Amino acid sequence: MYDDTRLTEGDVASMNTKISAKGVDVFYGDNHAIKDVNVEIKDKTVTAFIGPSGCGKSTFLRCINRMNDTIDVCRVTGDIRLDGEDINDKRVDPVQLRARVGMVFQKPNPFPKSIYDNIAYGPRIHGLARNKAELDEIVEKSLRRGAIWDEVKDRLNAPGTGLSGGQQQRLCIARAVATQPEVLLMDEPCSALDPIATGQVEELIDELRQSYSVVIVTHSMQQAARVSQKTAFFHLGNLVEYGDTGDIFTKPEDPRTEAYITGRIG
Amino acid sequence: MTDATTPTPKRASLLAVDERTRKRNAAEARFKIYGIVAICVGVLSLVVLLAAILSNGIPAFQRTVVQVPVTVTQEQYDAAESTLFKTKEYEGLFVAALSAELTSAGIEADISSGALERLVGKVGNNLRQFYTANEVQLGQEVLFEVPAASRIDRYFKGTLAVENITADNRFIQPQDLDVAEAMKDAGLMATVFDWNFITGVDTGVDNPGGAGIGASVLGSLLMMFVVLFLALPIGVAASIYLEEFAPKNRLTDFIEVNISNLAAVPSIVFGILGLAVFIQYMHLPQSAPLVGGFVLTLMTLPTIIISTRASLKSVPPSIRDAALGVGASKMQAVFHHVLPLAAPGILTGTIIGLAQALGETAPLLLIGMVGFVARYPETFLGGLEGPNSALPAQIYNWVSRSDAVFTEKAWGGIIILLIFLLTMNIIAILLRRRFERRW
Repeated sequence: MYDDTRLTEGDVASMNTKISAKGVDVFYGDNHAIKDVNVEIKDKTVTAFIGPSGCGKSTFLRCINRMNDTIDVCRVTGDIRLDGEDINDKRVDPVQLRARVGMVFQKPNPFPKSIYDNIAYGPRIHGLARNKAELDEIVEKSLRRGAIWDEVKDRLNAPGTGLSGGQQQRLCIARAVATQPEVLLMDEPCSALDPIATGQVEELIDELRQSYSVVIVTHSMQQAARVSQKTAFFHLGNLVEYGDTGDIFTKPEDPRTEAYITGRIG
Repeated sequence: MTDATTPTPKRASLLAVDERTRKRNAAEARFKIYGIVAICVGVLSLVVLLAAILSNGIPAFQRTVVQVPVTVTQEQYDAAESTLFKTKEYEGLFVAALSAELTSAGIEADISSGALERLVGKVGNNLRQFYTANEVQLGQEVLFEVPAASRIDRYFKGTLAVENITADNRFIQPQDLDVAEAMKDAGLMATVFDWNFITGVDTGVDNPGGAGIGASVLGSLLMMFVVLFLALPIGVAASIYLEEFAPKNRLTDFIEVNISNLAAVPSIVFGILGLAVFIQYMHLPQSAPLVGGFVLTLMTLPTIIISTRASLKSVPPSIRDAALGVGASKMQAVFHHVLPLAAPGILTGTIIGLAQALGETAPLLLIGMVGFVARYPETFLGGLEGPNSALPAQIYNWVSRSDAVFTEKAWGGIIILLIFLLTMNIIAILLRRRFERRW
């Protein structure tokens, strides 16, 4: 059915578990948004969360760096571990967690500051650079990681908001990697981008896999197939199926997964 | 199911306007007319208001003066200083100089002491003060500019008619006006810009023309200083806490509703609160700009809180997410990213709140800031604690006095007040334009 779908060839490079979630439930007030999700996310792997709108994939993503803390009515129960440490432990400061688990949002959201300051902000508040030279180095490295260095190296003092949508999103990815995270969460990073910018970002995601564990939420099944090695299918707050991307798209076990990827529900 | 056999209804021609459309168009045209009429009424009343203020107020900035060259020698000075009634001697010297000028201009006039007083008031002290301060000018010709009596001033401004002067009037006689006319023609009398109105202090009924608004402008500025330094930090801190940190529950809802209510409380209520709390309970000085500033702070706080919260709300949440996402703490997200973006809105709200406070009279009446202020304070702290008036209170005070010159001064004071308000609003608009951001 998806002739244009190219399944990623690369095997899962590492079998180390980076994030493990056990029995995670999320409530928005009385609404039970996530129901008993268990998942093990591998290191140096791109994991895609797919599913129809409102199925809870973004909500679950936001649990991983505790962004749901900022929503008053949201309550998370269950056990999420990063490298075996419980991230919801009382002793964990979400600020430290978020430095290790970076996030890229659906809509490109650069700060209305210069390109340089956009990247330098994270390293500055976490004290990653001892002096200006080190900071310059981090900025350059991050922008190169974000595959945007060549486009912006001559105008680092221009405002980040003046870039095109695709450039802004790559700037946001560069900003996220600047704090030297171990995990990158991406919440539909390409939904506001045109196909060319999407292609660039997808290429970038594949490169980022060398260094990070990447979790991407996407509406596009082709995108999941193109960039991910592992895929999780969410439906109505349940994690229906989780496995190698190739298996999910070619021989799904659950009838709901099959119905979704063949376009019958969603 | 659509029935394929149903004949399509006959359509009217596009070139003819049908009944419904005609009605709709008529309603639209009527609405436009209402709008234009409303705007015309608004503009017209503004024009009338401004015209009335300007025509009545501009004369307050002008003053008729008598210009007489006077030469006082060292001997005359020493002689005058050795007598008992020194100012009387100086008056004699002035009269001598004036009558010499009148004679050379061919004007015949009686300038006995009574007539001189009706013309320029008491001038002896002016001369004495000048020469004791500038002894080097002795023996040289000095052009003295002495303010003309207020009736003469009013005559030239057209607010005093000759017919209304009775024979027993001790302030002015019809022949004085003839002399004044002649002096004006001879260049001995002129209408000049009255700096004293802007820099001077209030005067009593004996010298209404000399009243100035300077001291009450200073009183108002001191109050604005107090308001700015209290209301801005308190208001901004309260709104940041309420908007960004406070949990959303019944209590914060209750506080929010009450802040909105406070903004609608009549200002005189704040005045009586200030009287009861600051003056009667805390025994702070009466009529002091410090207390006035406290009262106006209470009044301005809700305005600042409401506008600050609105501008914090208008910062897109994606900016907060972005900051939190790279590991900024809540406070860093607010102070590094949200607050700078909200700053123009906060400043605009603050300036509008200040402008409101500047024009407020009612609370000042209750804490006694309508007194007679005939002196500038000597120090900054003394200015805060000592009795003073404020611009609108001074205007109110002048209007309630009987002399027509004070009424004219009141109109002039309104012009100054409006200039202040206009300046503040322009600053607010410029700030908004300057810092408006795209994201």
